[in-house]
Order: sequence, then C-alpha cells, then structure tokens
Amino acid sequence: MNIIVSTIDTVLNWGRANSIWPLTFATSCCGIEMMCASASNFDIARFGSEVFRPSPRQADLLICAGTITHKMAPVLLRLYEQMPEPKYVIAMGACTCGGGMFSGKDAYSVVNGIDKIIPVDIYLPMCPPRPEGLFDAILKLQKEINKESILTRKEFLDSHKLSLKEENGILVRKDYDELY
Amino acid sequence: MNFLLCKFVEVLNSFNVSEYIALILFSVLPFFIIISFLVVTVIFLVLFERKLLGYFTQRKGPNRVGLWGILQTTADAIKLLCKENIELLSSDKFLFTLSPIVAFTAIIILWCIIPYNSEFNMINSSVGVLIYLVASSFPMLFHFLAGYSSNNKYSIIGSYRALALTVSYSVPVIFTLLSVIYITESMNLNQMVLFQTSRWVVFSNILGFIIFYISSIAKLNRCPFDLSEAESELVCGYHTEYSGMRFAMFFLGEYAELFVMCMLISILFFGGYLPPFGIYLSNIFMGNCPVSHYLLYFEQTFWLILKTLIIIFSIIWIRATLPRFTQKTALELFWKYLTPLSIVNLIIIILVRI
Repeated sequence: MNIIVSTIDTVLNWGRANSIWPLTFATSCCGIEMMCASASNFDIARFGSEVFRPSPRQADLLICAGTITHKMAPVLLRLYEQMPEPKYVIAMGACTCGGGMFSGKDAYSVVNGIDKIIPVDIYLPMCPPRPEGLFDAILKLQKEINKESILTRKEFLDSHKLSLKEENGILVRKDYDELY
Repeated sequence: MNFLLCKFVEVLNSFNVSEYIALILFSVLPFFIIISFLVVTVIFLVLFERKLLGYFTQRKGPNRVGLWGILQTTADAIKLLCKENIELLSSDKFLFTLSPIVAFTAIIILWCIIPYNSEFNMINSSVGVLIYLVASSFPMLFHFLAGYSSNNKYSIIGSYRALALTVSYSVPVIFTLLSVIYITESMNLNQMVLFQTSRWVVFSNILGFIIFYISSIAKLNRCPFDLSEAESELVCGYHTEYSGMRFAMFFLGEYAELFVMCMLISILFFGGYLPPFGIYLSNIFMGNCPVSHYLLYFEQTFWLILKTLIIIFSIIWIRATLPRFTQKTALELFWKYLTPLSIVNLIIIILVRI
C-alpha cells in the first residue's frame, strides 16, 4: 500500500512542483518586481513558472504582489475561491505579510496581512522584494509541495478552510447570518 | 499502401499470425501511430515554443526539469491532468463538456489526411483539400460554442471576435487554395506533392503563399491575430472558465492544429515529403544497402517534418516580434487587402496558364 501511495505521490508532486503557473495579479509596486522576474536577467521561465495565466481557473499560484486595501479584499477572496485545487498563495511584500508601513491603527484602509482573508503558504517580506527573493519563495514552495501526500490531503484542506465570506461588498465571518 | 500491406502480412505470417488478424491490424495500427505521434509532437512543440520565446527575448527558457528542461511540458501535462475540474452552475453543461472534446478530436482527422510519405497516407481521398477545409472549421465552431456555453461575458466577446475573424480569413484561404489546385490540377494531397517533383508551387505562386501564410496564422488563433483570447482586454477569451484537463484539450489542440496547418503549407507550397533538390540522401549514402528501400520512407517523413518545423519557427518568430492587431485593423486587413489580392492572384494564375 505504501509503495503505491508513495509512487503516486512522487509523480504527482513532481508534476505539481515543477509547473507552478501563477495568476496575473499585481495590486501595486511589488507587481513591477514580479514583471521584472519574468523578463531577461532574472527569467522566472527557468523554473517553469513563466506561464502567467490571466484566468484564475487555470492558475495554481496566487502571488499577491502589493497592498491589499479593504476595498480590494473581497476581490482577492473571490479570485482565491475561483482557483481550482491544488492552489497555493505567496504573500509578496511587507504590506501583504503584516501591513508593512501601513500597519497599526493609523492606516484606515489597508488589510494588515492577507492571512486574515486567505491561507498563505509562503511569506516573502521586504519592500519590495527583489526578483531573486521571489525565486527563493517559489523554490521554497516547490520543496513544500514535494512533502505533500494524497493521504494527508483532506487534513490539509480542512486546515486551509476559509473563515470569511463576502456580504454586500464587504468581508464578514462565515457564521455572520447565524449571529445576527 | 499495397506494397507495405503485402510485406506486413508476410512478416506476421512468419510468426504464425492469420491473414485476417493481419489485415485488421494493418488498418488499425496507423491510427495508434498517428495518435501517439500527435501527443508526443504536441508536448515537445509547446516546449519548443517556450524555449524559442526565451531565446528571442534573451532569456534561457525552461531549464530546470530534466536535461535542458526537456521534461518541463511533461510536468505541465501531469499537473493539468490532476487539477480540479470546475463546472459552473450557470453554464450549459452538455456543450460545456462536449466542446473541448470535439475541438480536440476534429484535429486528429486533419492529422489523418496528411500524406507523411508516399505510402503512409491513411485517408487518401481525391478531395483531400476539401476534407481538410471542412474538418478544420470544426475546432473554430466549438471554440465559439465553448465561449457561448460557459455563460461569461469575456468568453462570449472572445467567441464573437473569433467568429468575425473566421468569416474574414476563410475567403482568401479558399481563393488561394483554388489557385494552388489550378496549378497542380488535383485536389488529392498526394498528387499535389508529386506534381512538385520538378518545381515547388511556391515559385509559381509566391503571392498566394504569402496570403495563405497570413490567413493561416489567423486560422491558428496566434499572435498577431489572437484577438479572441486577448489577455489584456478579455481575460482569456473563450476558455476563461475552463480549468484542468478541459483547458489542456484546448491548449494542446491549438498546438496540434499549428503543426498540422504548417504540414499543409509545406505540402501545398514546398513539395511536402519530397527532398529539396530532388536527391534522396539515403540513396547516396546507403544506396547499396538492402534496407535503403525502407529508409526512403523515413527520409521522406524527415523532410516533411523539417520543412514543417522551419515554418513553425517563423510563426513563433512572428509571435515574439509583433504586437496584436485590433479587431478593426484585422478585419480591414482581410477584407480590404487580402481578399481582393487573392482574387487578382487567382486571375493572374489562370491567365498565365492559358
């Protein structure tokens, strides 16, 4: 049994880890570094990730490049929900990791960390990170994917359940209707 | 086919296989060869394009998976196979599932029409070009139905653009084909190739080749005519809502169509499986060898694929160079310039032959 499972795992993880297609989603300045990563000198294509899919239905990886404001938060959640399994998230830049220079109570409009909205696999701080930093994040994600197993997939999905939903353009808790 | 059939039955008879099984195998085997050839070609064609696009923009292209990255697209295929298939509640389920399947299988018919060498031609019809024209309109129709059935505004806009482009490019395509048919005096692809033993059609019909080349880029939905899946305007065009294997069918089907279309161009204009200077290499180097007769067939296929790859290279070059047409300019190009030019070209060809 273990032989079969581990063989399937090896093949699946090899395929998944080596063809991570990111979603074209750049909300601010980190997006410039993301574009730079796919251009010459840096070349994200070496790792097989240059296929930036415009449609979330065909993407595997959501590189959240840039500040997420409260107005953008429902869009981010919807994009994440539209992506098919298995899906991964890289929080790129200080703003997405924990608010960055907008952290604290002074900034009224910025979500302090996108992990309050969607589950994040890799945090990539710095303001903004260099393309090499993004490559490091992708390589770390590949290592994470290689540790996956189809036996523990269900636990993985349970631990990555969303706690928020959209209600009239703002994000509320999943049990909002029961509370009020 | 007769010579190969006799040899095949003879070889199988020596292994005590009855004649009837040999006859059935002989008619079924080519389809398996074609389909396996198609899958392998398409997977490596995607890699070829990604590598070339890398070199054109001074990058390295995929080089981490396998030796020089040759297993990159295999990894992509495995991932797409195991990806979740999303079905929309608001979509037309039957058409939504059907359209990627038909769009892909219609291209297999195109692959069966092509004469790969003087013996291996599965559908050897006297109206091969007509069959090609009819069968190659299926993918376009089902791209439209895919956009319609997924009930998404970006998909439907992409589909309408594709339809408008289809109507405009098919007129020059048909007039150019007529001029080629007029020169070669046949609609059978195999005879069209044999006609070019002394001189390729492209030398007597250079304008026709240019028109056919531009129209076929539009037919293949590639840059600079990829209006129907313009990423910056319509999210992904007609396959916005498709994910996993269904998307892969559209994606791979596009590349299979690219390969077979370039094979058709090399057959119509560049002498198909004939060698460039009328001299077979296997006759020169292996002339005395008893197997040179069989090597000839492989060499013919080699020439066909070499010519095809050169044309594919030029199409990828164009993709790396040119920006996208807008809807208006693309339609103007076809209706105002290419359609009248192709009619004039046909008249000139007829006058010269008289």
